[in-house]
Amino acid sequence: MSFVFWMFAVLTVAGALAAVLLKNTVHCALALTVAFAGLALLFLDLDAQFAGFAQILVYIGAVAILVVFAILLTRGSETPKDGVFSKNWFVGLVIAAGVFAVFAWAVLASVGVLPHEAATPEVSVAQIGQVLIGRYVLPLEIVALLLTAALIGAVIVAMDEKERAR
Amino acid sequence: MLGEGILKGLAETAKNFAGSFFSAERLTTVEYPEDRIAPIEAARVFPILIYDGLDWEAGLRCVACQICEKECPPKCIFIEKSKDKKPDVLGKPQFYPAAFDIDISVCMSCQICVEVCPFEAIKMDTVYELSTEDRFEGLLLDRRQLARPNRYYQQIHPTEAGVVDARLAADKVKSDAKAKAASDATAAKAAAAPAAQNSPKPGEGN
Amino acid sequence: MFALLDQIFVLLKHSLVGYFPVWMQPVVSVLISVVVIICLFPALFALTTVLERKGLARIQNRIGPNRTGPFGILQPVADGIKSLTKEDIVPSSADGAVHFLAPIVLVVAVFMGFAVLPMGRNMTLVQMDAGLLFFFAIGASTELSVFMAGWSSRNKYSLLGAMRAVAQMISYEVPLLMSSVAVVMITGSLSLGKIVEAQNHYTWGLPHWYIFTPWGLAGFVMYAIAATAETNRSPFDLPEGESELVAGYHTEYSGFKFALFFLGEYLAMFSISGLGTTLFLGGWSAPLEALNWVPSWFWFFSKLMLSICVFIWLRGTLPRLRQDQLMNFAWKFVLPYTLLILMVTALWRFLGPGWQQWVYCSAILIFAYIAMARTGLRRGHIGPRKYRYAE
Repeated sequence: MSFVFWMFAVLTVAGALAAVLLKNTVHCALALTVAFAGLALLFLDLDAQFAGFAQILVYIGAVAILVVFAILLTRGSETPKDGVFSKNWFVGLVIAAGVFAVFAWAVLASVGVLPHEAATPEVSVAQIGQVLIGRYVLPLEIVALLLTAALIGAVIVAMDEKERAR
Repeated sequence: MLGEGILKGLAETAKNFAGSFFSAERLTTVEYPEDRIAPIEAARVFPILIYDGLDWEAGLRCVACQICEKECPPKCIFIEKSKDKKPDVLGKPQFYPAAFDIDISVCMSCQICVEVCPFEAIKMDTVYELSTEDRFEGLLLDRRQLARPNRYYQQIHPTEAGVVDARLAADKVKSDAKAKAASDATAAKAAAAPAAQNSPKPGEGN
Repeated sequence: MFALLDQIFVLLKHSLVGYFPVWMQPVVSVLISVVVIICLFPALFALTTVLERKGLARIQNRIGPNRTGPFGILQPVADGIKSLTKEDIVPSSADGAVHFLAPIVLVVAVFMGFAVLPMGRNMTLVQMDAGLLFFFAIGASTELSVFMAGWSSRNKYSLLGAMRAVAQMISYEVPLLMSSVAVVMITGSLSLGKIVEAQNHYTWGLPHWYIFTPWGLAGFVMYAIAATAETNRSPFDLPEGESELVAGYHTEYSGFKFALFFLGEYLAMFSISGLGTTLFLGGWSAPLEALNWVPSWFWFFSKLMLSICVFIWLRGTLPRLRQDQLMNFAWKFVLPYTLLILMVTALWRFLGPGWQQWVYCSAILIFAYIAMARTGLRRGHIGPRKYRYAE
């Protein structure tokens, strides 16, 4: 656990905390972007170059912009009058603690099972490509189908709105 | 074909760029105030008053008829007629302007005053660098500042001045001839009267 | 001797680094390269502003700035002093932190893009296996800063300008990536150094640059269009057009922050042109085999300045595209054509060397261009406009 790891971890957690605690919704979206950037840096620290850069390209370059557009187009940028915390915060806390406990148990239990890697494995982009087209082609095509369905759905919703507005 | 217009446009601007280093047709900018373009002959900026001869006060063609003052659209001419008369270039006694002011901050250079003047007294100048720091009286020009000799008018608008001078000269010839005929008639009448008074004596005579 | 000239900067850096103790040397080496990039590209930016103003002026039948220094060379100094001494006005209802951070994010993101460009033989700051991916990832972050600038000003016109700018940038990012993927497909690697090495071969004295292949030429044209739109350059400069939206998303910025936006835009232009020369024009390789003695960094920078001159030329020639025109153009022409270029590149690889690949690929690309130009961009009806919200 080097100093660099702690730096990135603190950045990610701070970004995520700010994303839930800030009052202004667009500020929350920008803090979420910082959290994404922290995740990308963690990937890069683990020498997963493709994953890190794809994280920046997709999450910061597309998802963050999408989130911000959604906030803007639905008037969510106005500060809520009665505070950011919901009334059922206790139930939320219990559920979050439960999920965290499950994850922690899964990670700690797997430490003994996974083989110790002396050096980080060299995974090149070409290998990722081979594996995607070779072994995991079915999940790839299903994800593509899902995205196409989402696109068509968005077009239909927008067309409906156009029909209704005319 | 898509993109053809863009390529043609690019060629045109490239020609403009390259040509601007060689030909003045492509680089039409003049670096004012170091270089100036000479005004064309029909340029008009603000009015001036023309005088004949050397004395501006005596030779001023304006007779204070006030037609230009009445016709001026923004009413920027202020004329004060004199009480006495002085002889003009043709010898006839005429009024003259005791004060003739033009407010050039108001003047819109429409040239209507020039078009309506029957005496060719007011013409348009081509000088435009008239800015001054005096914001109250600086742009209200009086008749001393407006007076220019006919020589100057011939310099700035040669063709126009040629026409005007020819017409004025023709007028002068006609009026001279009329005056000569009139004086001949009076001289003949004056000569006939004493001749009639003096009885023709035999022995006397020329 | 010419090999020495070619590597002169690398050798200078090594000799400077040698003065430091061994444990500090990696850090110092990177620091020296970073400082050089930070000093060099803004200097190029200053030169480019003069070039642009003089070039545009000559195209428009006038002389550009010529009072500050001979031929106006010192004009950027005057501009710099002006923007540094201007009062920094921040609107009172503006979002302070975001308003301050937006130009900084832009400039930082753009500077990071220079780290992977190979500016000469052995002259890349960081040699990454996924260098191209890094470049595009960083480029995607610039859109976020544009949005931040527009939103934090609390100004309807800035927000409109920012939304338009972001919409334009996302639309043209896909064709940009697709045209680069064609190059990656042929080279087989995402590393920019390897892409340049692959183009550094010569046949009968002519280079193997990708622009001299049919798919490369088409890909370069699409890349150039997408690059012009990505950096909000004319004719795609609606978001910052002065007659449209005051100054768009940087309306509320004055003084040094505006200068930072300006710097960010021009540096983005440099880095995208640099990437374009690396991908299609052969990077630092010489045009003819006989000219290999000229240093490699000279070729890279002259190709870069040539691209800048073409940008300036385009700016002086073309009128601005309207927002719906440029979105139509992106999604209905550039993107489908780029997909076709990808397929044609695969066909090129599949047919193998010979005359077939040249003839078939060129034929498909030309035919598709003409067909799409005639059908894809045509407006269906020309009649009175129907308004969606105004009735």
